[in-house]
Amino acid sequence: MNTHQTNFVRTAMIDQSAPPVLDKGYIAWIRKNLLATPLDAVMTIIAVLALAWFLPPAIKWLFIDASWTGGGRGVCATIAQGGSQPEGWSGACWAFVTAKFDVFMFGRYPIDERWRPMLVGILFVALLVPILIPKIPYKGLNAILLFGVLPVISFFILIGGVLGLPYVETALWGGLMVTLILSFVGIAVSLPLGIVLALGRRSTMPVIRLLCTTFIELVRGIPLITVLFMASVMLPLFLPQGMTFDKFLRALIGVSLFASAYMAEVVRGGLQAIPKGQAEGADSLGLSYWQKMRLIILPQALKLVIPGIVNTFIGLFKDTSLVSIIGMFDLLGIVRQNFSDANWASPVTPLSGLVFAGFVFWLFCFGMSRYSGFMERRLDKGHKR
Amino acid sequence: MSIDATTPSGKDKPAGSILNDPRIRGFIYQAVTLLLLVLFIYWVTTNTIENLKRANIASGYGFLNGRAGFDVGQSLIAYSSDSTYGRALVVGFLNTILVAVAGIITSTIIGFLVGIGRLSKNWLIAKLSMVYVEVFRNIPPLLVIFFWYSGVLAVLPQPRESLALPFDMYVNNRGLAFPRPVFDSGSQYILLALVIAIIGSVLFSRYANKKQMETGQRMPVLWTVLGLVIGLPLLAYFAAGMPISFDVPVAGKFNLTGGSVVGPEFLSLFLALSFYTASFIAEIVRAGIRGVSHGQSEAAHALGIRPGLTTRLVVVPQAMRIIIPPLTSQYLNLTKNSSLAIAIGYSDLVSTGGTILNQTGQAIEVVTIWIVVYLTLSLSTSLLMNWFNAKMALVER
Repeated sequence: MNTHQTNFVRTAMIDQSAPPVLDKGYIAWIRKNLLATPLDAVMTIIAVLALAWFLPPAIKWLFIDASWTGGGRGVCATIAQGGSQPEGWSGACWAFVTAKFDVFMFGRYPIDERWRPMLVGILFVALLVPILIPKIPYKGLNAILLFGVLPVISFFILIGGVLGLPYVETALWGGLMVTLILSFVGIAVSLPLGIVLALGRRSTMPVIRLLCTTFIELVRGIPLITVLFMASVMLPLFLPQGMTFDKFLRALIGVSLFASAYMAEVVRGGLQAIPKGQAEGADSLGLSYWQKMRLIILPQALKLVIPGIVNTFIGLFKDTSLVSIIGMFDLLGIVRQNFSDANWASPVTPLSGLVFAGFVFWLFCFGMSRYSGFMERRLDKGHKR
Repeated sequence: MSIDATTPSGKDKPAGSILNDPRIRGFIYQAVTLLLLVLFIYWVTTNTIENLKRANIASGYGFLNGRAGFDVGQSLIAYSSDSTYGRALVVGFLNTILVAVAGIITSTIIGFLVGIGRLSKNWLIAKLSMVYVEVFRNIPPLLVIFFWYSGVLAVLPQPRESLALPFDMYVNNRGLAFPRPVFDSGSQYILLALVIAIIGSVLFSRYANKKQMETGQRMPVLWTVLGLVIGLPLLAYFAAGMPISFDVPVAGKFNLTGGSVVGPEFLSLFLALSFYTASFIAEIVRAGIRGVSHGQSEAAHALGIRPGLTTRLVVVPQAMRIIIPPLTSQYLNLTKNSSLAIAIGYSDLVSTGGTILNQTGQAIEVVTIWIVVYLTLSLSTSLLMNWFNAKMALVER
């Protein structure tokens, strides 16, 4: 009787029991992320319904029903439209994109000479990749080669007329090549010009400040298409008789000036964020104006506004598509021009071509924004509070 | 400088010291810049005058009174090919404003929905919003316009096979047909009732605020305002004998008759600008809401304010302070991007101006008009913005 023990001390560990089934694995994830509240549940259902309505037809159109190979519009048109597809068919015409791929890349550049833009492309990639990877040394030399030497060499390789290369006029240039040249030159010109304009706007000299402010506000206040019109119809009026600019060059000038006004505002934002003590410190060390800017202010200011600078680059890249309006054939222009090719015209051709062009533009812009995010995180170290 | 002060006054300063004086240097730089600028302007002007004389183009704005001779696709005011160039430009300007206002409203709605969606705790909604933003932000607006214009709207069926939408709307490859309200006599009373209702609402909400300040009692402002704004015009509608009727589009044998039609040009420009700008607005809204520190809503909860009121009274007012300035510049961008209309032939300011420029050769005048109009829009918006910013700015003690 008295051996009855009422208290109990466990001497061995019990096995861990599994968590409640509702708190574990994908069920818990779904409960937490999709069905947390009644409102969430309703939203999830609406979103799933919308996806179910939109995704299957889109995938079917893009991949399953698409015609991938073929030599003419027949594979992309229904029987009633003069093709071989069954009635009611609709799918992407990737055969059109495959057949025109070279044209989309190089425009009307002579076929025998297309190794030249390809060579420039290879050189460009060979110089661009090492400058983008932080670990690789000799950034200064690399930058000089990329922004100073490459444009000159590329110009002569592309236009020819020297070293036995046949001359190829810029009117024949087209496609992605033109888009990339316009944006590369635009980027290479607009960054330094934008910095100069931003410094000018913050200058203590009233005339310089007024000039820079007027230029920046004027350009930022009007659409790019107006600037391009000015470059294409007004510039010839401003020049003396007999002095003409190449159309391509005029577009380049328009795009670069436009982008540099936006760049100036981005850089000015960075300059304003640098404490005054930095400039005063540089002054007290006896640095000249340009030394002060180059060694003290700009490195800090530019680092602050890298996202803004890349956003301007992305904007510039997208804006180059506007040159198709003044009669040049960049990627978008050349894709649109080929809609009317009698050999390929069908109801699905425009959409296929535009989806392709959109994808190419998207790849470049998305790549740039991702790289900017990477750089931002890398440079941000030690500045977090 | 201190060395200068110690030099004996009778002696000439060494030449170097004058050039080293930043004030004098600055003066020289500015003088040189000004001189170069004047020379450049002189050179450009003489060239232009020479070129205009050779091309036989009279400068000046007299051409605005000439007969236009071209038609526009869509016009808000009466216009025919016999109208003047000046009127054509006004038509273009109004069309620009129309598509800009419509685009601003839609893009704001989509942008706010997507921006809030990106912050949602619902995984699916957040991811979908992210995909939307990343897709539309990285594609040129011109391409989106063509996507709608030649990719979607051009392959819609013929008018006689129009697709029917709700509310008696039809869509086909000539555009969107919708019922047009017809205002008979007596409808002015409805407008009057609406105006009275709005004034009454404003006065009532002021009174309610004052009352709340004095007594702490909150009156049902929202329901009263809704009742006024909807109820009064409705009452006037029935009192005036139902003066508004709708001219409904009817599918005929070959075409739709009746109703109003907006062309595919307007639709594709409007849709493209809305979707494109919305992706930027979404990012601005997201940044704005995240910019309000978490402590603010925690403090509101600690004070016992309900979640809905916390959002409305604590988070949104502070977020708006961050959101509004970049939002305005997006509105301006949308207005400027509406000039892409020229690519698909929607008669906006740039498009009609381009036609006039080609017909008359008055390049300088037309471009000047463009610049003046767009600059006026931009500058007046930024003035408004500065005023708004000053009003909303944090008043610090």
